[in-house]
Amino acid sequence: MAGPFIAVIDYGIGNLRSAEKALCRAGADARLVTQPADVAAAAGVVLPGVGHFGRCSEALLRSGLWGATVDAVSDERPFLGICVGMQLLYESSEEAPGARGLGVFPGQVALLPAGVRRPQMQWNLLSVRPGSQFLAGLEQGMWAYFVHSFAAPVGDETVATCDYGGPVAAAVEAGHVWGAQFHPEKSSMAGLAALANFVRACSCDSPGLAGGHHLGGEPRVGARGGREG
Amino acid sequence: MRVVRVIPCLDVDAGRVVKGVRFAGLRDAGDPVELAARYDAEGADEIVFYDITASAEGRETMLEVVSRTAEEAFIPLTVGGGVRTLDDARRLLRLGADKVSINSAAVARPELIGEISGTFGAQCTVVGMDVRRSGPGTWEVYTHGGRVATGIDALGWATRCEQLGAGELVLNSMDRDGTRLGYDLELCRRVVEATGIPVVASGGVGSVAHLVEGAVAGMADAVLAASIFHYGEVTIAEAKAALTAAGVGVRPSVTAAPAR
Repeated sequence: MAGPFIAVIDYGIGNLRSAEKALCRAGADARLVTQPADVAAAAGVVLPGVGHFGRCSEALLRSGLWGATVDAVSDERPFLGICVGMQLLYESSEEAPGARGLGVFPGQVALLPAGVRRPQMQWNLLSVRPGSQFLAGLEQGMWAYFVHSFAAPVGDETVATCDYGGPVAAAVEAGHVWGAQFHPEKSSMAGLAALANFVRACSCDSPGLAGGHHLGGEPRVGARGGREG
Repeated sequence: MRVVRVIPCLDVDAGRVVKGVRFAGLRDAGDPVELAARYDAEGADEIVFYDITASAEGRETMLEVVSRTAEEAFIPLTVGGGVRTLDDARRLLRLGADKVSINSAAVARPELIGEISGTFGAQCTVVGMDVRRSGPGTWEVYTHGGRVATGIDALGWATRCEQLGAGELVLNSMDRDGTRLGYDLELCRRVVEATGIPVVASGGVGSVAHLVEGAVAGMADAVLAASIFHYGEVTIAEAKAALTAAGVGVRPSVTAAPAR
């Protein structure tokens, strides 16, 4: 019954439980993972992230999962970055000039425009580019929950924007690498629908891995010790 | 685009909703998890649990409630009440809360704001303020559920909270709380003008018009209410319709059904 094994990279940042549980609701066997081998075994990989770009970048390095993350991005498995996890797909951020991102997409993450309250902590309407796999079925306009002060540049990879003092990159997609500046796990039914699209992509791409690489044991609260933050 | 959030707040005591909730079709109207899921389905933008539990055992129950809520409701969840240390915050956030709201503990030790914000980010660091009008255009901060006066000026405290790393303020007027006379709009507007972070209006809502006032005259980024939602006097849909009619941007309560 279990859907594809999706590794939610647990590198000590924020509330990852919501992402895990929402992916499970969307049909995945999602688990928080702290070991590179678990990332490597997954049919799909989710990189969450909240708070500060520099702190997330540092934490990912320190966790020993940077390499596994880079591998996941480069070996054609479905990959989804959420919030700062999406920002980490870029080269760098104004928020932490010295810190590096994964550099999948070119450019620097920048502060939201002046004249708007920061962070943007609200729901906003997405303007979705037709043809997006991630937001398939949501082209008519999806409401999504945002919490952020910085945003990626709008580029070829941008598949959705919201209006917040101008167009703000809300979702990106290039092949198997997807990203959401908003929180799909906190965007109610529409967010679950977007996550279901990701789960579906994971099922298609790696049928051999789906459900085959782990033994028993539902991942549940308290089942895994040792994670800080 | 500014989009105002509509937030039902549930008082929870030892894992049970305190005020009676009158919803048709609920198996257990006292279960905060079931209510949170119901509010999610109705189009609420966020849920606040306010833990009024006195006992330590009851607090453990709250952790379990938060964990179950994260499985059933997929909108942001703020948990307040009894958060005194960085460790309290950590446990709630790990179990599935998106934000923690601190109040008395922040007044007692303002560094706690920076500790939570520095560790988990400003986006999950909410300061709840219980305030009372102390004179024309002045308000005083109270703690311990509004029982203890602190002598602290509310506007000054709001800006200090922002400087210390708070990402949001929940502004509760003790003068209005429970009166059904509407928010203290002047207080709300003054705090919004004094700070750059989102401000949630709280305390005194007795009608849907009060929610609109909070967003328009009060300039609040979010409007919070308890009894009018719980008692079924106003639905989330009605609240959003009234806000929309007043020209306030909201997320529609009935969004297009996603293809599954």
